[in-house]
Amino acid sequence: MSARDEVLRRVRAARPAVPVAVPREYLAVDGAEDLVALLVDRLLDYKATVRRCNPDELAGTVAELLSGASTVVAPSGAPEGWLSGYQGRVLRDGEPQQLAVADLDAPGVAVLTGCAVAVARTGTLILDAGPDQGRRALSLVPDHHVCVVHSGQVAGGVPEALARLADPTQPLTLISGPSATSDIELNRVEGVHGPRRLDVVVVVG
Amino acid sequence: MSGGNIVARRPFPAAAREELGDAQLRANLRKATHTIRDKRLRVVGEVPDWEALRQSGAAIKDDVLSRLPELLEEFEATATAAGATVHWARDAAEACAVVTQLVRDTGATEVVKVKSMATQEIGLNEALEAAGIDAVETDLAELIVQLADDTPSHILVPAIHYNRSQIREIFTRNGLSALTDDPPALAEAARRHLRAKFLSARVGISGANFAVAESGALVVVESEGNGRMCLTLPETLISVVGIEKILPTFRDLEVFLQLLPRSSTGERMNPYTSLWTGVTPGDGPQTVHIVLVDNGRTETLADDVGRQALRCIRCSACLNVCPVYERVGGHAYGSVYPGPIGAILSPQMSGEGANRTLPYASTLCGACYDACPVQINIPEVLVHLRQTGPHPVAERAAMRALSWAMRDRRRYTAALRAARRGAAPVRWVAGRRGTVRHLPWPLSRWTSTRDAPLPAKQTFREWWATERGQA
Ligand code: SF4
Repeated sequence: MSARDEVLRRVRAARPAVPVAVPREYLAVDGAEDLVALLVDRLLDYKATVRRCNPDELAGTVAELLSGASTVVAPSGAPEGWLSGYQGRVLRDGEPQQLAVADLDAPGVAVLTGCAVAVARTGTLILDAGPDQGRRALSLVPDHHVCVVHSGQVAGGVPEALARLADPTQPLTLISGPSATSDIELNRVEGVHGPRRLDVVVVVG
Repeated sequence: MSGGNIVARRPFPAAAREELGDAQLRANLRKATHTIRDKRLRVVGEVPDWEALRQSGAAIKDDVLSRLPELLEEFEATATAAGATVHWARDAAEACAVVTQLVRDTGATEVVKVKSMATQEIGLNEALEAAGIDAVETDLAELIVQLADDTPSHILVPAIHYNRSQIREIFTRNGLSALTDDPPALAEAARRHLRAKFLSARVGISGANFAVAESGALVVVESEGNGRMCLTLPETLISVVGIEKILPTFRDLEVFLQLLPRSSTGERMNPYTSLWTGVTPGDGPQTVHIVLVDNGRTETLADDVGRQALRCIRCSACLNVCPVYERVGGHAYGSVYPGPIGAILSPQMSGEGANRTLPYASTLCGACYDACPVQINIPEVLVHLRQTGPHPVAERAAMRALSWAMRDRRRYTAALRAARRGAAPVRWVAGRRGTVRHLPWPLSRWTSTRDAPLPAKQTFREWWATERGQA
């Protein structure tokens, strides 16, 4: 018997054949009043930098956050306007080729992306590889990540946020603060393998 | 049939006695477990629907166990359709053989690993090493344990038994320089050490926290970004997944992504969670393998009371609140699954040797049950295993002696008198505590592992005789 058939046979023999009803009494909607304020509070708690601005101020805010970066990597679908105030070199991924990992890892490189949805309650940004986010390596290898969130993308809790994703079979990355570890005496310490600096621009209006 | 690193080499009492002698270990454990307890209570306390989430989490897992054959087949079909290759393994040895062959096929001699209980359980690193393949652990705590040539002592934080200065020492011995023993400096040293390995790795190996049947997606929950590196940069990704990790739908994650981070690291959300479904052209590994492992899970599934252990999402909250774990640490349990969950999971999955003492490694205080995000009634399973499993030698001998004495009234009266005589000199030492640490043989068999109450000054029969003049 193949391993597959044998394992399935054992599972069939062992499983309790009683149907189980699954209650879902937990909150489907978070109910927080000011989602943007909650998101900002949670992001700050995880040591992200946060800037709130209106749409007119976006390019200036992004340029300011990127002032220390000599090169900015951007996914091909990130709007031109986001970078119109930035003076340094811009590398678009996939135009015409994918950037090499070495390009992403070079000193002074930052990355600018959007996100699919944000979770206010937990301070989480969800990236789903959409055109303004690109492939997963982009928001991973550079040491500095700037992420643009529009207020309309902010959901209350985890259930609302996951339900908003258009296609959950796309590669998904949930990001809550800069990379961190709890491995030394069980305290959270920021700054391990992922970007050590996470800046979030929340665009209101 | 099962195997791997879940079978203890020594009985728990022997191992525990040795670990208890290490004062530094106890101090480290105490500090870490108390830090995390407070954090967990804080973030759980701010969730108004926590009990409802726990109930749903438990029910979803029970539903999975009752429909497991169908859900496994569904997962296999969806993952395959998404471009992954699904393999099956009956036990640890078979799982190791499958993975080793897959790595060999790529020609790679080094793999980068995301922390995974399943690969520790099956002893994958040892198997790869025997095949001439270097397995590099990339999780900070796993790296510390690997560099120290030690074994993990906690599900989530395998190096919980080391404090910062010990970690720096281990790093320095292995040529990683950290300027100070400040945690950020240690994290920086690990980042520099692993960077080149991530960027050049051709094969990544992971486990999975969840596997979604309806879509074929796998989920890895982590903190440092080492997981994202391993899941994204290599050409080939091999994930080793226990068959109980299945969830029916993507929506079910809305429950577990709330329960898990708050229960494990005491955070509202862990820094990074990755989901991938088979192969995505142009993004991440283009060759994706999934190895579904039984290794004793079906034996556990067959037990009406014990099967609830398979709900476990490996958050480690039960370890962090356990008074026994806090004192003896993870190594005493002799399995990659220590603490309360290990005490019920290891003996059920392996059913072997020294593991039989594990159900006794608990005071039945119930703190683990209260903390468990999927409501596993660990004390209930412990008692069940004590009743069904063979009893440890000492207890069996004590019970035999006791039943011999109790079968005959004269023998019983004589034994009680002997106990009283033996206890008389210590009565004044015991004072108000009213217990005695060491009774004379054969009752010493009993007191070698527990205190006994002092024998009463008079037996009931003697009291009755003096009160009523007849026995
Ligand atoms: S038994 Fe419960 S508390 Fe313990 S690790 Fe598993 S899920 Fe967490």
